[in-house]
Amino acid sequence: MSRVTIPEVEHAYPGSTGCPGCGANLVMRYLLKGLGERTILTIPACCWAVMPGYWPSHCLKVPMVYCAFEATGASLSGIRAALDMKGVEDVTVVGFAGDGGTVDIGLQALSGAAERGTDAIYVMYDNEAYMNTGIQRSGATPWGAWTTTTPVGSSRDYKREPKKDIMSIMEAHGIPYAATVSVAHPEDFVKKAKKAKDARGLKFIHALSPCPPGWKMNPMKTIEIARLAVDTNVFPLYEVENGRLRITKKGKGLPIEDYLSTQGRFRHLTEEEVKRMQESVDSSLKALEEREAREG
Amino acid sequence: MRKVMTGNYASAYGAKAARAEVIPAYPITPQTSIVEKLAEFVSTGELKAKFVPVESEHSAMAACVSASILGARTYTATSSHGLALMHEVLMWASNARLPVVMTNVSRAMAPPWSVWADHMDSVAERDTGWMQFFCESNQEVLDTIIMAYKVCESRGIMLPAMIIEDAFILSHTSEPVDVPDQDTVDSFLPSYDPEIKLEIGKPMGFGSLVRPDQYMEFRYKSMLAMREARDRIVSVEDEFRQAFGRSYGGLLDEYMCDDAEVALVAAGSVAGTVRTVVDKLRAKGMKVGLARIRAFRPFPFQEFQSLAGRVSGMAVLDRSFTHGAAGAFFTEIQGALYDAPKRPAMKNYIAGLGGRDITPDVIEGIFEDILVRCERGSDPEPEWLDVAGLPRRRS
Repeated sequence: MSRVTIPEVEHAYPGSTGCPGCGANLVMRYLLKGLGERTILTIPACCWAVMPGYWPSHCLKVPMVYCAFEATGASLSGIRAALDMKGVEDVTVVGFAGDGGTVDIGLQALSGAAERGTDAIYVMYDNEAYMNTGIQRSGATPWGAWTTTTPVGSSRDYKREPKKDIMSIMEAHGIPYAATVSVAHPEDFVKKAKKAKDARGLKFIHALSPCPPGWKMNPMKTIEIARLAVDTNVFPLYEVENGRLRITKKGKGLPIEDYLSTQGRFRHLTEEEVKRMQESVDSSLKALEEREAREG
Repeated sequence: MRKVMTGNYASAYGAKAARAEVIPAYPITPQTSIVEKLAEFVSTGELKAKFVPVESEHSAMAACVSASILGARTYTATSSHGLALMHEVLMWASNARLPVVMTNVSRAMAPPWSVWADHMDSVAERDTGWMQFFCESNQEVLDTIIMAYKVCESRGIMLPAMIIEDAFILSHTSEPVDVPDQDTVDSFLPSYDPEIKLEIGKPMGFGSLVRPDQYMEFRYKSMLAMREARDRIVSVEDEFRQAFGRSYGGLLDEYMCDDAEVALVAAGSVAGTVRTVVDKLRAKGMKVGLARIRAFRPFPFQEFQSLAGRVSGMAVLDRSFTHGAAGAFFTEIQGALYDAPKRPAMKNYIAGLGGRDITPDVIEGIFEDILVRCERGSDPEPEWLDVAGLPRRRS
């Protein structure tokens, strides 16, 4: 009997040009396992605009539109409108964008698609900075992180602003489904992809995507670090279905140092700063748990 | 069926006659009544299409591009700042070889704010790989949309087209317009069936990364397509004339130029005024003519060389200005005539920016001036007409 608990079929083949240990490779792989072959992708400028390979190579088993950096939401609406005109209903339309392309330059078009109720899934693979261009800060870079544009020189100009709360922003649009997923929890990931596929309207999936060069981490530890993000409650796994929140995987409540110490981008932080981050993580988790208790 | 309608309604009726299937649109003055009318057509079921109410012009064109990749016939409309915001995505459409058709209601760029006629917005997009058709009348707007789809969707071409109507002068002025019979349009313009489109079960990337040893071939093919479009525009117009009894003169529409001593080159609605001035001056025995730029892209090189061989003076009227150079029509015509066997005396006149009226008086003044230029030779300096503080040229 097979011990594999997720679909064995592959729609993303080896041969992507991603870096060793790239989390985004796995995000794509698990997503397509959940969605199946009748899927159309639209992808803006981001690592995954490069990863399918140079023309005429294409490492995915599904068709893919390349769109302008800020245009993923609009591209989704265009694809869905064309399918509607052709009477095609059984195809899942997916926008697959990085964090910069989502929380920064692509936020307007994404908001438009959500407000229009475009029937599509928007997946943000979040490596917490502009990684394709070489590690510049984005609105999704967490407080305290080093990037090339938040350098830690003598003035310690690390990122001083908190990470933009994209899940709340998307929820505020009244969308039918939003979920966080981790490459360390593929069963949970695939289940959520299937749920998103079955809901009608704009669905949002936030995937934490460890980036070895950007996070200054060991490329062999992608899964371990992704798991630590959940277990330290830095990245809680939950879903919001028609406004009701449910935590889908309890973290172990490990101290945040266990996560931060795996990555060079946090190396400069003082004990005091780490404590501050721990407090922030604790209060975010408390808010989630209280909300779950209210709505559960 | 003859109806009295504005240029904007002519655009909407053109898109409807062409059976546009996906219409993403964002409102901007003075384009709004185009998309309002189309929303109404879709809502009443008169047009079977998806109207996508996007949140910006950038998204309007991005949605057109993606829908077109799936093989849908797409249409949108915009103006001035909306067109400028689309700039990036205009190139996505042309470089992906997608036959998107769009009306641009040509309007001035701010600041200072102006919602009136001016060609700066359209001219600024001349390098985006779109065909550009300037229209003189509301009928021409409607007819050109239908013809544009046929040209754009031709197998060897597959490029987008911009139909340009002047703000308010056409967009909000009513004229009698013949709305062609739908069956005749359907037989003239078959449904869109591209050779390559995105299909489920055919995993392909549309717009993949290419290396320096691959990119130039893509652009070279775009160049060949635009070159081929020159002949195709003329042949499609000929087919259109046979089906509907109307035509507009190809890429460069000449009026009374065969025996003209001087020609005034202009584009858009002002051509109508120029025609009346030509008639008036002809009645006085002056050999003047009009050469109306109908297609700015592809540019009518051969047509201008032919005209240059017949006239001694060529006045070029630009309703826009490229700072640091001159009017765009003027510099491009100059370039086209460099190797012409015979070059006329030339002068550039700048008029009508921000919706300022270009009156018959102003046009008569241009003709008088260019007739003098035939003796004196070309004037290298563009002349700004009817501007406060400058000497007024009046006949």
